[in-house]
Amino acid sequence: MQIYLPIAEVSVNAYVLLGLGGIVGFMSGMFGVGGGFLITPLLFFIGIPPPIAVATGANQVVASSISGVLAHLRRRTVDFRMGIVLTISGLIGSTIGIYVFSKLSALGQVDLLIQLSYVVFLGFIGLLMLQESLRAMNRNRKMAKAGATAPRRAHEHLLVHRLPLKMKFRTSGLYISVIPPIAVGAFVGFLSAVMGVGGGFIMVPAMIYLLGMPTKVVVGTSLFQIIFTSAYTTVAHATTSFSVDMALALLLILGGVIGAQLGAQVALRLKAEQLRILLALLVLAVAAKIALELVLTPTEFYSLSVARS
Amino acid sequence: MRFRPLLLALALTAPLPVGAQGDSETVVAGLSQNEVSITARFSGSEIMVYGAVKRYAPPPSAPPLEVIVTVEGPLAPVTVRKKNRRYGLWINTEAVEIDAAPSFYAVATTGLLSDVLSDTDDLRYKVTIPRAIRAVGIAGEAEDAPSFTDALIRIKAEQGAYKLSQNAVSLTQDTLIRTDVALPANLIEGTYKVRIFLTRGGRVIDMSENEIDVRKEGLERWLTNLAHNEPLAYGLLSLAIAALAGWGASEAFRTRRA
Repeated sequence: MQIYLPIAEVSVNAYVLLGLGGIVGFMSGMFGVGGGFLITPLLFFIGIPPPIAVATGANQVVASSISGVLAHLRRRTVDFRMGIVLTISGLIGSTIGIYVFSKLSALGQVDLLIQLSYVVFLGFIGLLMLQESLRAMNRNRKMAKAGATAPRRAHEHLLVHRLPLKMKFRTSGLYISVIPPIAVGAFVGFLSAVMGVGGGFIMVPAMIYLLGMPTKVVVGTSLFQIIFTSAYTTVAHATTSFSVDMALALLLILGGVIGAQLGAQVALRLKAEQLRILLALLVLAVAAKIALELVLTPTEFYSLSVARS
Repeated sequence: MRFRPLLLALALTAPLPVGAQGDSETVVAGLSQNEVSITARFSGSEIMVYGAVKRYAPPPSAPPLEVIVTVEGPLAPVTVRKKNRRYGLWINTEAVEIDAAPSFYAVATTGLLSDVLSDTDDLRYKVTIPRAIRAVGIAGEAEDAPSFTDALIRIKAEQGAYKLSQNAVSLTQDTLIRTDVALPANLIEGTYKVRIFLTRGGRVIDMSENEIDVRKEGLERWLTNLAHNEPLAYGLLSLAIAALAGWGASEAFRTRRA
């Protein structure tokens, strides 16, 4: 069934959009990532103009994140206090990011910057997560063989314990300085504005490895934070570049919210390490694809960009 | 008294030597529709272009009468970028700004374009695809500027936006003209210009121009207007839909499980 998208001014198959939304929503519910780093390249691929893909992707991320958060809320796996700290700092970071983005656009080559930051950040984080989760899985396997339980690491002293302004995050079981979460939130907000994504793929590992939060809480809390950053991005795009396509968003959302619910259920049946391995592989796959695009000789050397009225 | 309007009409239409003076052949043309409405379910549209040749004298025996039909979408500036290898990466290094390129352009003819139209008249009437692109003064912008316009035409042709259909216009008994032009589903709003040329020996002897008004209708119209006139309300409405859908799906799954 073909549908004409009013803002994108292209005609696409409605079922393809529902399917894309579903796949990305599934990832979102399963891993706690918004899915912006997946939806945006996929929309380019089916012929949606880039500015509309970026802005509408943000709108779809809002819906799937809300759906995912509600599922996590019932399981009490959302750390609100942490989520609010991350949201506030995230909005500050993305405001700075939007400013930097517009400065860089004026200089040209902003596309290259986006591609390179995708490759660097996705590649780095993917490798880090993969290595850590494989190690954790091996350790658990050995423990199981030896019949022992994993040692508690509750009193390991990370940097987050030494800094001042300590705050209690009960849901996460943490008593840490508020400075690292603020720094993480602001950095992710900044990157997401520059890269045009929600930033869950950076937020999730940062929460696990930098803040020491338990994986089960990380997913819900990350989604909670993503709702607000991507809502902010959506409104910013709608008011500055008129590039949010509501019809496109609606179809992606319908697929996405259902996918997110299914994803959240599947996540319950998987072990934390398995989830992290899968997310790491997904992140690496996207990084590899973008890296190849930069390195391999393209079939078409020319590209068009039409001035929009 | 009743005859007066008829007489007046006859008096006005009879001595009308339209087109190049001296030639006794003119074209009268029409379109199957002058308006195309883009609704949510819009999947392209077929426009029939028809016409007839009017004569005040017997037609010359040679060269043969030929017809060219062009349909041109709204013009817009286009930037063509070229990638080159730098430090092992493929990066956009060169760009050429083309003043105005039509969003859509279709040419249909009765014969081979090279036989039907001379270069001089192509230049004058901007009939063929390369001529329809207004790329004045691009030579200074890049080393190999013509390759950028070639690339524009190639990419647009691959997208189905630029089409040349030779032998696609039927001309019956040197009088009746008919061709069908398919407007693709990816249509941009605006005024589409339809031109019919009569040629003999590559020279244009008459031309007729019509317009197709392509507009968004219904929901498409409403959303476009809202997005441009009330962007904040539009953005907030998009968020409200997202929130409602997210909550709705969550509730639906909860009740199903319970």
